[in-house]
Amino acid sequence: MSPAAICLATILAIVAGGTIVGLLAGVHRRMDLEQWTVGGRGFGVALVFLLMAGEVYTTFAFLGASGWAYSRGGPILYVLAYLTLAYVVSFFFLPQIWEVGRRHGMQTVSDFFRARYGSPWLAGFVCIVGIACFVPYLQLQITGVGLIVSIASYDGIARGPAMAVAVALLVAFVCASGVRAVAWVSIIKDVLMVFAALAIGIGVPLIHFGGIGAMFRALAQAHPAHLTMPGATRNLGHAWFISTVLLTSLGFYMWPHSFAASFTARSADTLRRNAVVMPLYTLTLAFIFFAGFAAVLVVPGLSNGDLALLTVVRKSFPPWFLGVVGGAGALTAMVPASIFILTAATLFAKNLYRPLFAPAMSDAQVARLARAMVVVLGLISLGLALSTSTTLVSLLLTGYAGVTQFFPGVVLGLYWARVSARAVFAGMIAGVGSAVLLMTSHHDPLFGVSAGFLALCLNFLLVVALSLVTPALSRDAERRPGTLAWAAGA
Amino acid sequence: MTKPSRAALLLALIPFAAMCFSVPLWDRIDPMLLGLPFNLFWLIAWIVLSSGCMWLAYRVEVARTAPAQRDP
Repeated sequence: MSPAAICLATILAIVAGGTIVGLLAGVHRRMDLEQWTVGGRGFGVALVFLLMAGEVYTTFAFLGASGWAYSRGGPILYVLAYLTLAYVVSFFFLPQIWEVGRRHGMQTVSDFFRARYGSPWLAGFVCIVGIACFVPYLQLQITGVGLIVSIASYDGIARGPAMAVAVALLVAFVCASGVRAVAWVSIIKDVLMVFAALAIGIGVPLIHFGGIGAMFRALAQAHPAHLTMPGATRNLGHAWFISTVLLTSLGFYMWPHSFAASFTARSADTLRRNAVVMPLYTLTLAFIFFAGFAAVLVVPGLSNGDLALLTVVRKSFPPWFLGVVGGAGALTAMVPASIFILTAATLFAKNLYRPLFAPAMSDAQVARLARAMVVVLGLISLGLALSTSTTLVSLLLTGYAGVTQFFPGVVLGLYWARVSARAVFAGMIAGVGSAVLLMTSHHDPLFGVSAGFLALCLNFLLVVALSLVTPALSRDAERRPGTLAWAAGA
Repeated sequence: MTKPSRAALLLALIPFAAMCFSVPLWDRIDPMLLGLPFNLFWLIAWIVLSSGCMWLAYRVEVARTAPAQRDP
């Protein structure tokens, strides 16, 4: 067998194995809306943990982080800081979200805005922003699968057809099985991913340099500027680092799938303990960085940095091992992509379309509409993945600039009785609008500061200022002694 | 809604100061420790230390809440 055949066969076996496990998990269960979207609310702590940890090990971490370590250098260190600090921030609002979520029967981030602020239009806007932000994140995963297949086939299969096949598989998988399948495949994915990361992170420096320390010494000598900020870039310096870490650590749990995963926890205490342990989950990423940095010297001159990890693995290990890494990589793209596509489709059908346009729809009709949306979202992401060539990290940062605009509404909504629906709506529109404007006009970063962070500051200031000038009369009507001003049912 | 205590908030500020705001102080290659550039070593060390800070914050919060509200 040729190396390409061995490699592709291994990938196929891993992906098929994962899919079968997922489909078996869904068999024998009636697939109504509740079962399809939140697994009938019957998940144990372990499954919830795996769903929440899914974000750490996506194609972003696997190919994107190593890609930026290769092409940008020092600035990629923001990933280690932001993931750790995201869990630190979560300690102070996720348990509270869980409490109000239980009291008001919430399932999504949009439900939270509906219950806290009482405006179906604000809740609808949150849906639209959430769905729009999923598109680059989905595009990231699909692009990743395309890269894996083209490298694993030793450039025999073009990236376009590979991405199209990946999207077809993804859509079939999600429509057939729902969230329970996704959670079970997560287990296989995480085990393979940790194994692959350690093997690559230790193996590649060992094979080419004799060790991790020797690799960094060689790199520090050959490219002294690469390992610190701004690395190989001109404008990703310390101001960018601080603003991006703040933007992304505050935004981490604003992603609708992460926000929703917290509702499935057994208690508020579980979420607090999660926040203590989860930072340690980030440690594996350091090994992915090692491989990306080693690639700078081992496979210099790649036109696309996101190819660095796979190229250096192909150069250092036998084909079957590239197959295992590729299979793990394909699952780390497919599993999160399933979660995103499922969450986005449910948001659209249940929180946007039904409440605003078709209140009489039955749950069965909503489930059918959500499945149709899975196909539509898959095709949109595929189209974008085929037509653009942004780096994987930039795609994720684009999504973050959008979802983090929920943060003022969520946190002020929890802790500040004065905050008003109009202020939050205005702030969010200004935040999302200015982020889109700055990024589409190529002003990110602006004066060395992340555009999404500037938009978040504008959003926050507007919410606070407008809440302070809102007449006290309307607020008093909402306020109940001893609790927050929940407008639910008013 | 129970607001977090000031002690827990202060404990959470430590990781933010160490991993985010102080970046100009530790973003350098030398001294290399355990074979890693200093900035990478610093961040990896603070992943573990942050977990420790949040464990202390957790102890503070648990001590404040009534035993009935805790998990067994």
